[in-house]
Amino acid sequence: MSLNVDNVFVIDVGGFEVWITETIISTWFIMLIIIIFAIIARIKLSRFRVIPTGFQNVVEFIVESFDKFSVNTLGKNLSYISPWYFTVFAFILLSSLLSIFGLRAPTADFATTFALALASFALMIFMGLRHRKGKYLKSFFEPHFMFFPLNLIGELAKPVSLSFRLFGNVLSGTIILTLYYALTPIFVQFGIPALLHAFFDVLFGALQTYIFVIISLMYVKGAAE
Amino acid sequence: METLGLVVAAAHIAAAISLLNGLLTTFGQAKIAAQAIESIARQPEAADSIRSTMFVGLAMAETSGIYGLLIAIIMLFANPLINIVVSYL
Repeated sequence: MSLNVDNVFVIDVGGFEVWITETIISTWFIMLIIIIFAIIARIKLSRFRVIPTGFQNVVEFIVESFDKFSVNTLGKNLSYISPWYFTVFAFILLSSLLSIFGLRAPTADFATTFALALASFALMIFMGLRHRKGKYLKSFFEPHFMFFPLNLIGELAKPVSLSFRLFGNVLSGTIILTLYYALTPIFVQFGIPALLHAFFDVLFGALQTYIFVIISLMYVKGAAE
Repeated sequence: METLGLVVAAAHIAAAISLLNGLLTTFGQAKIAAQAIESIARQPEAADSIRSTMFVGLAMAETSGIYGLLIAIIMLFANPLINIVVSYL
């Protein structure tokens, strides 16, 4: 780990240099984990029974608890978007947990968090247009059409604050751990960093994942109702 | 060279000042947590909804602290002013 996002290698795609950074490699790891888990769950789905046992218990627990969470936050008729946020939840949580193993978390790169926040923003606008149609566009001009610039800035600040919050939290943990590993002698680098990792990666990572998802859901709900 | 040193010193002082907003952020977060504990003690059956609302409130209050942290990080590691000064020297 280091403060900068290091470049691992460069590939050439039709004259364009594509930089494969640490972030992209960590993202590939997480994609691999999620895809393999999804494929195993899909294969085992045909053998699921009414009374769950073992692996089926785990899958049903995860899906049901997230479903309950999204129905509680969004309400019944909007909760059909919860699969997307379940994927976001799994991605951010796994990326925070990945830095336990010494890899750089993808969310410590502003590009990743801004992409996630932009997706949330696009989904928010889409849901607003789909459920309220013209009324959503009209809500930009309320209470008076003079307020349009203020409302526009308020809306545009949403993805920025959403992405900076996650990025700043994960980056601060990364910086503190990097400083610890760089400044201390080798004999205190076993065991003691586990506490720091537990605090900055597991606790803050889980908390920030929850906050990112619940604030995105609240934005979607605010736009669609 | 003296100009560069002055700019670097000013950037470090600015980073320290921008981290000072942690004081007010912590104060606000402490107030949120105290109020939430008070309401949970008064109404323990509503603890779950109060807790989730408290986390959202804490995240909202934390945003300004995170902005200060990012300004400090930019000042220290990705300062645009240093490049400008170096291009003039």
